[in-house]
Amino acid sequence: MSDDHVYLSLAENSPEGGARWAFGTGFEDPLHGVDPALRSGVDAPALAARCLALGDDALVAAQRLAEWCTRAPELEEEVALANIGLDLLGQARLLLARAGQAEGAGRGEDALAYFRDPEDFRNVRLVELPNGDFAQCMARLLLFSTWRLAAFQRLTDDQDPVLAAIAAKGVQELTYHRDHAAQWTVRLGDGTDESRRRMRRGLDEVWPYLDELLLADGGAVGDDVGDEVLRTLREVLDAARLPQPLAAPSPGSGRAGEHTPYLAPLLAELQSLARADPEATW
Amino acid sequence: MVTDLHRTPTVERAREVAEAVTDPELPMLTLADLGVLREVTVGADGAVTAGITPTYSGCPALAEMRAALDAGLRAAGFTEVRIRTVLDPPWSTDWITPEGRRKLIEHGIAPPGSAPRRASGPVPLTLSPTRAPVACPHCGSADTEEISRFSATACTALRRCRACREPFDQVKEL
Repeated sequence: MSDDHVYLSLAENSPEGGARWAFGTGFEDPLHGVDPALRSGVDAPALAARCLALGDDALVAAQRLAEWCTRAPELEEEVALANIGLDLLGQARLLLARAGQAEGAGRGEDALAYFRDPEDFRNVRLVELPNGDFAQCMARLLLFSTWRLAAFQRLTDDQDPVLAAIAAKGVQELTYHRDHAAQWTVRLGDGTDESRRRMRRGLDEVWPYLDELLLADGGAVGDDVGDEVLRTLREVLDAARLPQPLAAPSPGSGRAGEHTPYLAPLLAELQSLARADPEATW
Repeated sequence: MVTDLHRTPTVERAREVAEAVTDPELPMLTLADLGVLREVTVGADGAVTAGITPTYSGCPALAEMRAALDAGLRAAGFTEVRIRTVLDPPWSTDWITPEGRRKLIEHGIAPPGSAPRRASGPVPLTLSPTRAPVACPHCGSADTEEISRFSATACTALRRCRACREPFDQVKEL
């Protein structure tokens, strides 16, 4: 092993012929060693579609959260947003890998993340909206993680054991995400006149995209998700002494591939390296 | 468990090697201390299968743990090695062993309390930042406060001791 350069030593091959670190070992697959078989009776196209939608939500949300690096209001918050993004990126990788297996066309997580165009993404539009104020970031995270936690809780009983296991892990993580956003909503909403004004504005900006989230997936994660989400949001707003926004739902559906103009530039950045050099490994 | 039915010196050796592999982010802990090593079996053909479970979905250490397990078992003379990812049931900090907790404190990291019990129904909101008291790993004082639930790694929260004024990480309950 050569210790004079960290990257050389990481990439160096061992005497057994395998690379020393994770590179080239085949261990990058998040579902490495998990039985990919589908249970009989499982509707494979429906499973693929559901994993793709939930994976795309997480991938795009993670990218927006990563954009906060070096821009968050304080260091602790920057670390928090990066950690939440990392959890979501992990969920995205598992879900896209499972979507690829259910699809059965030989596409893995990288093919799905890097080589699809915006109209083929199935994420809700809420997650692709540009970052704004920090309060808007927390308002979006509150809506997104409240819904996702409720949806994942129901998916822990899914017919597909891999999706059920991904959801069970996700529930643990999303509980922290939702509580983080809820605590900020209360702190800002029940804070100074300025913080209250900005928290209200942030909620007003994202609220029109809540309906899409609740209607998304056609009830496949349980018809009662909407009621539970609204109850939880009301509990947070009450604690923050904030009124529920009255904004009308924004027409359109990211689940049907109808996206805002903001998704394409986000993907262009996310996909640029993989598309410039498809053979690149990192 | 299959392991118990086939306890041979070979299985013992494979288990010993696998258990000694360390976590790249918390290198004072072995995979056994952390509770992520779920199975070590040796088949009739001499192939070793080791199963590990991710702590967090996005934990970047997992790929390195797999590679280290693979390399460790091969270095110990096992030529056929399979590493499985075990997703179910999800890892909980309750699986960190007493020895693992002792090592965490020794290295200035507070161990987690009991993981929240999940009753059926919606997960209740936690709107206040304070939780069960956490003792400072430096001076032992129980007078500590949470600064952020998110810290340098996915699995830790950042706290500060009001007695000795030192900040410290805590492995947060999961």
